Amino acid sequence: MNHILEELRETGRATLYPGKTKISIGLATCGRAAGADRVYEAVCRFLAERSLDWTVTQVGCLGFCTKEPLVMVHVPGNPRFVYGPVNPDDVSQFLEFTLAGRVEGELLLGRIDEDYNLMLDEKVSLLDSGVQKDSRGDREGWEELPLLSEIPFYRRQVRVALRNCGLIDPFSLAEYVARGGYQALALVLKEMTPEDVVDLVFDSGLRGRGGAGFLTGRKWAAARSAPGPVKYLVCNADEGDPGAYMDRSILEGDPFSVLEGMTIGAYAIGAKEGYIYVRDEYPLAVATFQEAVRQAEGNGLLGENIFDTGFTFRVHLVRGAGAFVCGEETALLASIEGSRGEPRPRPPYPVEKGLWGRPTCINNVETWASVPPIVCRGPAWYRALCWSPRASAGTKVFSVVGQVKHTGLVEVPLGVTLSEIVHEIAGGPRGGVGIKAVQTGGPSGGCIPASMFHLPVDFETLTEAGSIMGSGGFVVMDEATCMVDIARYFLEFTLGESCGKCSTCREGLLQMHHLLEKITQGEGTVADLSTLRELAWLVREGSLCGLGKTAPNPVLSTLNHFRDEYLAHVREKRCPAGVCRALISFYIVQEECTGCQTCLEECLAGAISFHSDGYCLIDEEKCVKCGTCADVCPAGAVRCR
Amino acid sequence: MSDLKSDDLLKKSEANPAGVQGLSGEVSERLPGGAVLEALFSLQRREGYLSEEGLSYLSSQLGIPLSQIYGVATFYNAFSLVPRGRHQVCVCYGTACHVRGARSILERLERELGVKSGETTPDRKFSLHLVRCVGSCSLAPVVMVDGRVRGRLKVDQIPQLLIGYE
Ligand SMILES: Cc1cc2nc3c(=O)[nH]c(=O)nc-3n(C[C@H](O)[C@H](O)[C@H](O)COP(=O)(O)O)c2cc1C
Ligand code: FES
Repeated sequence: MNHILEELRETGRATLYPGKTKISIGLATCGRAAGADRVYEAVCRFLAERSLDWTVTQVGCLGFCTKEPLVMVHVPGNPRFVYGPVNPDDVSQFLEFTLAGRVEGELLLGRIDEDYNLMLDEKVSLLDSGVQKDSRGDREGWEELPLLSEIPFYRRQVRVALRNCGLIDPFSLAEYVARGGYQALALVLKEMTPEDVVDLVFDSGLRGRGGAGFLTGRKWAAARSAPGPVKYLVCNADEGDPGAYMDRSILEGDPFSVLEGMTIGAYAIGAKEGYIYVRDEYPLAVATFQEAVRQAEGNGLLGENIFDTGFTFRVHLVRGAGAFVCGEETALLASIEGSRGEPRPRPPYPVEKGLWGRPTCINNVETWASVPPIVCRGPAWYRALCWSPRASAGTKVFSVVGQVKHTGLVEVPLGVTLSEIVHEIAGGPRGGVGIKAVQTGGPSGGCIPASMFHLPVDFETLTEAGSIMGSGGFVVMDEATCMVDIARYFLEFTLGESCGKCSTCREGLLQMHHLLEKITQGEGTVADLSTLRELAWLVREGSLCGLGKTAPNPVLSTLNHFRDEYLAHVREKRCPAGVCRALISFYIVQEECTGCQTCLEECLAGAISFHSDGYCLIDEEKCVKCGTCADVCPAGAVRCR
Repeated sequence: MSDLKSDDLLKKSEANPAGVQGLSGEVSERLPGGAVLEALFSLQRREGYLSEEGLSYLSSQLGIPLSQIYGVATFYNAFSLVPRGRHQVCVCYGTACHVRGARSILERLERELGVKSGETTPDRKFSLHLVRCVGSCSLAPVVMVDGRVRGRLKVDQIPQLLIGYE
C-alpha cells in the first residue's frame, strides 16, 4: 500500500514546492466574496503578459478573513510572504514589487519560514530549497519582518482541524498526502483492529464538534457493538448556526481530511457506506467534496478494497435543502431517507436505529477532520492540547465575527479565555464603541456579557455562563447592538425553522416572539418579562428535540445578563443601543453637515430636504428610521437619539 | 480567462446532479439516500420551480405518493412551488450579517427591485429571498446572487450589484 502514498507524496511535494516562484490565492467562498477570483484572473493576466513561468495555484481559506483577498508569494530560498487585502486593481503593482525582489510592506501580514507538518511532527524549511537564493532588491532584509505565526491573530492558535486550510490546493489529493494525509488510514488498516481504533479515539477525549459535545469514542463504541451486519456512517455538514462557517471552510479547503476521518470511522464501527449531508447554500463545498471523492476512489483510497486490504467503504453526498432543523441528527436522517426533515424522539439513538433502521454513527465535519491527526499523533498528544485542567481535550475552531477588528476562523486550544479571543486574537472593538457581549452557540446558545470574558472557553464553563459552546459560532456584539433585538432576532429564526411538530415549540415561540415584538415597539410592560420567563420554561420542558429545548436560551441569557436594557425598553421606552426603530429618531447636526446631500439621494422615504443655508434636514414625520442616512453620511453628521 | 478548477466543477455539478441516475428503478426495496431531494433539485433546476405536473411525474417515477412528495417539497426552504425569477438574489439574514446591518441591505434591495422578500419582479428577472447564513460571516453583510457571494457590502453599492443580469 505504501507505494501509492509514496507516489502521491512525490507528486504533491513537486506541486507544493515547485522550485520556482509560486503564487497561492485563497479562493474559498469567503475569498471570492471579497474579490479573490478577480485577483486570480489579474495574476494570470500579468504572468501571461510578461511571459513569466511562475506557478499560480488556488488554496482554501487561511482563516484571516478580514484581510481577504489573501495572496501568498513564495520565491524559492526565501520565506513565503502572506499579503492581504490584495485589491484586484492593485495586482500588477503588487507583482512588480515581487518581480523586483521586494516585499510590499503595506500589505504584508507576515512571513512563513517553514511549513509544519502536523501529522508527522516535521518541519519543512522554505529557506533551503536547493535553489539559489534570490538576492535581488531588499528581500534580503526579511529577518526583520514579522513571522505570520507570531502576529496576534495567529500567535495563540493551534491548527489541527484547519491544519491544511489555506496551505494546499483542495483539489489535489497529492498535496494532501504530501502533508501527511492518509498516513493515519494506512496505519489503521495495517496495524490496528477496529476495537483499537475505537479505544484510541475514546482515550483522546475527543468530543463532538457539532454542538452537543458527546464523547466521540463512546458513540463509536456504541455503533461498533450495535447488532446487525449493515451499519451506516454520516457526516453532518448542515452547518445551521448562522454565524459559523468552519465546516464550509474545511470542506472547501481540505476535503480529504474529512474523507480520511470518515474512512477511519467506517473501519472502526464496521460501516461500508457513508453519507455526507451538505447544505445547499454551500455550492463550492459540494463541488469540492465531490471531486475529493472522485480522486480518492481513483487512487484506491475509497471504494472497494481500499489499500488492497479488502476493506470497502463508499461515500454518497446528499444536498440539504435549507432547513435548520435538519442539522439535528434524527431529522437529518429522515431527510436523507427522503421524508420531511422532522426530528423524532430519542431513544432509540441513531447508533441503535438510524438510517433505514440500521445503526448509524453521525458526527460533525470538524470532528471527522480531527480524527486523522489523533490517530497519527496519539491520544495523549491530543488530550494535552487544551490549556486549562478543566477544559476538555484538543482544539476547537471558532468563527469570530461581528463587531471586532479581525474577523475570521480561529482554532484555539480549549481553555483559552473569551477575552483572549476577543481582544488579542480578534483585535478588540472595530467601531468607536466598546464590546458588550459575545453570542456563542447560535440559536441554541446565549449572550455572555463582557464582564465574564475572563472565563475559559470549554463545554462546561460556557453552559454555566448561560450559553453553550455549540458548533463554534462566536458573534461579537458592541454597544450599538440591542440585546432585546437580538433575542427577538433569534426567536424569529427558531420560529421560522420550527418544524411545527410540538405545540409548545410552535405556539410557545410564537407567543414569546409576540412579546418581544411588543417590547421592541415600546409597548411592553414589566409583567411581560416574567411572562417571557414562564413561556421559556414551558417551551424548554415541552419540546421534543434540541431546537425547541434550546430556543429560549437567547431570551433567557439576555434577560439574565442585560435586564437593564429590557427595563429601558419597557419603562423608559428607550433603546439604549439605538436599534429599535419605534424608540429612536434621527437628526442631522447642522454644524457638521457639509451639504453634500448624499443622504438626501439615498433616503428611501424622501424624508430629507436641503436647507438653503447649506445643510440637510430630516422630517421626523416622514422618516422610517432605516438609518441609511447615518450609514452613508461621509461626515458622520447623522445622529440617533 | 479564469481556468479555475473549482469554477469548472461548479458548472458541472449544476449540469449533471449526482444521484439522479439511481432513479430509474434498479433499486428494489428502497430509493437511494437523498434521491428524493436530488430529484426535486433537478426538477427545480429544469423548470425554475416545482410545477404540479413535474411533481406528479416525479411521484410516478419514484413510486411514492404525490402527497408525500408534496410534503417534502413544502418542508424545505430551497424549493418553490411558484415560478421564480431568472436570478435569485439572496440576502443573508444570519446573526453576523444582522449585527452588521443586513436590514438596511434588504430594504435597499426591496426598493431597487420594487418587491418584498419572497417575491419576484414582474419581468421575472429577479426573485428576492432571505437566507440564513451563506458561510461568509466574516465579510458581513453579504448578498448571494445565483450562488455568487458578495461581501462587505455598503447600502450604496446595491444598485451596482444588480447590473449585468439578463
Ligand atoms: C436544532 C439542532 C440543529 C443542529 N445542527 C447541527 C449542525 O448544523 N451541524 C452539526 O454538526 N450538528 C448539528 N446538531 C447536532 C447534531 O444533532 C449531532 O449532535 C451532531 O451532528 C453529532 O456530531 P458530533 O458528535 O460530531 O458533534 C444540531 C442539533 C440540533 C438540536
Ligand atoms: S451570517 Fe451572513 S454569511 Fe453567515
